[in-house]
Amino acid sequence: MIAITNLEKYKNCFIEAFALSEADVESLKYQGIQEWDSVGHMALMALLEDNFEIMLDTDDIIDFASFEKGVEILLKYEVVIR
Amino acid sequence: MAYSFDEIAKLDPYGTGRGEKAELYARVLSELTSSHYARCAGYRKILDAFGCDPRPTRSAEAQFMLPVGVFKTNELSSVPGSEILKTMTSSGTSGQAVSKIFLDRENVRAQTRALASIISSFIGNKRLPLIMLDTALVSTDRSMFSARGAGIVGFSTFGRDVFFALDENMRPDVDAARAFVEKHRSERILLFGYTYMIWRHVVRELAETGRSLGIRDGVLFHIGGWKKLKDEAVDRGAFNGAVRETIGDVRVHNYYGMAEQLGSVFVECEHGNMHCSVYSDVIIRRHRDFSAAPSGERGIVELLSLLPTSYPGHVLLTEDEGEILGEDDCPCGRLGKYFRLHGRVRGAEVRGCSDTYEYRRAG
Repeated sequence: MIAITNLEKYKNCFIEAFALSEADVESLKYQGIQEWDSVGHMALMALLEDNFEIMLDTDDIIDFASFEKGVEILLKYEVVIR
Repeated sequence: MAYSFDEIAKLDPYGTGRGEKAELYARVLSELTSSHYARCAGYRKILDAFGCDPRPTRSAEAQFMLPVGVFKTNELSSVPGSEILKTMTSSGTSGQAVSKIFLDRENVRAQTRALASIISSFIGNKRLPLIMLDTALVSTDRSMFSARGAGIVGFSTFGRDVFFALDENMRPDVDAARAFVEKHRSERILLFGYTYMIWRHVVRELAETGRSLGIRDGVLFHIGGWKKLKDEAVDRGAFNGAVRETIGDVRVHNYYGMAEQLGSVFVECEHGNMHCSVYSDVIIRRHRDFSAAPSGERGIVELLSLLPTSYPGHVLLTEDEGEILGEDDCPCGRLGKYFRLHGRVRGAEVRGCSDTYEYRRAG
């Protein structure tokens, strides 16, 4: 069995939350695509929390404005995306 | 340096006293007035028609008030169309004309942050299990997206394991709700809903069947008009009492805000007073001449907000009536003005710019 990396897990959350077929998610920004609106945002947060077994603070949910920024935020929860 | 929300983002929302706040508001509101004047043609036209010079720094009281109804008849945006991220619409209570509010990225961020800082000051930064006293439909079906849905999605930032208590027919699913409460019995539970819907679809339904959700430690935030409740002779005390009987041991915070000033909401404290935060302020205007009324005198509510940068909604004359109860001295300890609402303005409706006060006299 090949273990899935955190980066793959992280990418999959975006793909699932926004129902994307393409895996090119690294440049995504909040409100940058139609699917990442406030509804999509909460779906993404829920998926991240489930997949990484963490609970994000309110401030971090608000600051989570891009794929890139999310990597930085998850570090605070001892989740290293790579 | 030009004003940016960042300079107030980190402040304690209830930690700024009278003198400091007056200074902040004179400076920032004046800046917003001249910036909207420069960037929004519709706003410029209105100010020009009233002979209002947007340049000088004026006190909060001397700012030009825009009647809130103007957003129903005019599309007022201070940013180019390409920068508009979201257009919020709201029908208000009369239901015909729709207000259109144009938000750019910066404004969406400021409003989200301000709301979070206000709500977090009441419940902390840790998200709590959340019961939405509404149906899931309004927030999951994007085609039904409205101010109501936006409010629900916005509030869900403060919760986790979100549970919608009403089914698609707006009937409470009491068994599922009780199971949720049981699952989180050792935690504080957060609840959110619209005032009249809570009354009609939760409280009354439960009261008729004599059941309770049995919450042991909860905090309820609710927003929305009281008009229909007043018609049923339900006041704040009766509402809160009925909530405790049917939902459980919950602290109830009513809050007030305009779609035209999203984010800078006014929350009722433990003593039942509505509080201005550092992001917003209230002035009560006399019907007679629109002069500012002192504490204890009823009049028309004027709302000030430091958040609207993408549309000229920073100084609004509402159609609500209220009275200021005090400033910086509420027993709850929060600084800022605190007030009480008395419903909609009676008699002549305040609408359109022709009904605003004569600017030159006050300026």
